[in-house]
Amino acid sequence: MDRIAVAVSGGKGDFRLDMAFDTPANGVSVLFGPSGCGKTTILRCIAGLERMPGNVMVAGQVWQDDSKGVFLPPHHRAAGYVFQEASLFAHLNVRENLEFGRKRRMAQPAQGPSVDEMAGLLGIAHLCNRKPKHLSGGERQRVAIGRALLSAPRLLLMDEPFTGLDRQIKKETISLFLDLRKRLGIPALYVSHDMAEVAALADVMIVMADGSKVTQGLPSEIFEKVELQSATGRFEAGTLVVATVSDKDSQYDLTRLDLSGQALFLPGVDAAVGEKVRLRIRARDVSLALGRPTGISIRNILSGQITEVVAEADTAFAETVVDIGGSRIRARITRMAVDELGLVPGKEVYALVKSVSFDRRV
Amino acid sequence: MGTAELASILWLTLKLALVTTLCLLVVGTPIAWWLARTRSRFRDVVASVAALPLILPPTVLGFYLLIALGPSGPGGWLAGLSGGRTLAFTFEGLVIGSVVYSLPFVVQPIRNAFEAFGERPLEVAATLGASPWNAFFTVALPLARPGFLTAAILGFAHTIGEFGVVLMIGGNIPGETRVISVAIYDLVESGDWGTAHLLSAGLVLFSFTVIMVMLRLGSARGEG
Repeated sequence: MDRIAVAVSGGKGDFRLDMAFDTPANGVSVLFGPSGCGKTTILRCIAGLERMPGNVMVAGQVWQDDSKGVFLPPHHRAAGYVFQEASLFAHLNVRENLEFGRKRRMAQPAQGPSVDEMAGLLGIAHLCNRKPKHLSGGERQRVAIGRALLSAPRLLLMDEPFTGLDRQIKKETISLFLDLRKRLGIPALYVSHDMAEVAALADVMIVMADGSKVTQGLPSEIFEKVELQSATGRFEAGTLVVATVSDKDSQYDLTRLDLSGQALFLPGVDAAVGEKVRLRIRARDVSLALGRPTGISIRNILSGQITEVVAEADTAFAETVVDIGGSRIRARITRMAVDELGLVPGKEVYALVKSVSFDRRV
Repeated sequence: MGTAELASILWLTLKLALVTTLCLLVVGTPIAWWLARTRSRFRDVVASVAALPLILPPTVLGFYLLIALGPSGPGGWLAGLSGGRTLAFTFEGLVIGSVVYSLPFVVQPIRNAFEAFGERPLEVAATLGASPWNAFFTVALPLARPGFLTAAILGFAHTIGEFGVVLMIGGNIPGETRVISVAIYDLVESGDWGTAHLLSAGLVLFSFTVIMVMLRLGSARGEG
């Protein structure tokens, strides 16, 4: 019942789209794929801004059903759309922008957060009387998110809304958005081609390439799959693992985490002792050794067993998967190293992890 | 020429320009909207027709308008509804002629303004629950405001300055169709150069002011 089910197929010039997916109508589903693979077109079809043959069902409501000739116009679909550029109304101030959807969509204006509450939650209360042209990029995008959320959507559609924000602002805006979304219980479909964003946001990941679906599943499962490289991109390829915060070391400003019984030390983890967190470890940040190295600056050395070795055709590299007591991480090393160290599935190795990024609390 | 007569000429010119500008905005806006939004292959045809008065000699325009407004044209039929015989040589006829004559000066700036902000604000409005009509009035019109201001000023000024079309379809009837430009011609013909000077200098000053205001508006917008 509470599903988002979309199937659209059609062509636009040379481009062909043939996409079908079904994802729970709660949490954040990320549509992931390279630019130009049709992600934005999917969102536009769901919002009704574009029309292609197919069906769109959102949380029990039929928005498009070609077999019955149903196609709701966009203003009859409760879809909050946050575009890549904030697209605020230039002739209205922040407050009027926030009110725009709320006035038109709310059956009973009393339900849901008020404009002032939303402005407070987003930290933009002090900007209410400003015109959009006097806002920074991050502020504009927060207003756009607030405006969409205030229109009481059944589904939030987000088209890489944080692209172009600088790293720190992006990180803050994403965690603000996640908290707010959870609080309001509005499901989101989020388009992205950025692995770090997916890791931070996704509950479900839908991988797209060339106008159709490649795979769908939990981000941690998909990140492990070596064969999905072409879709996920080599540079950012890696895995997601879940670890538990076990200690805070105030002397060195490090957090000690427990990953399947082994210790990891990380700076800048915003979580309390006992909390579970999601970490992303990129394959290119992992080296392998046959014995535990000593006299080395790398603090995170995990012992495990190789489960998979895949040589990349036409390059010097190979992708390996190492099982660390149940968690799997990937290492991207040269094929030469694979041969000289005799790395085959079953081999005991030490994974030297140069860098880990903390993505979010689980 | 007496003061009362001068005042009558000025008032008539002003009234014609005001009524014409109002009609131009009402007629020009839907045309500009359609031209800015449509993908029809007739778009350029319609755009060309709407721009014709830019190039045609006012006499040609006036000639066809005269036929259209006359007893055997649609204008005559329209006049018949209220007991008249023709719209030619009447104030109403003059308004119609002026609207046609100044149409390009109003359609173009409004169309540009509609095109300048693109589809996006309308798409945003739709996803926020605004119907197309609602989005037109609450988003498109306010966003195109600078274009409307330019259009109104140009339409108003151009109507004040017209001569050929007025002469062809309006003649020179005091209190009905005798506007400044025609009056100046008449004054020169009859040797009253003093009054002609007065009216002409007035128009020069007026035109200068209009252009100044437009430039100021333009640069204020650029800086804002």
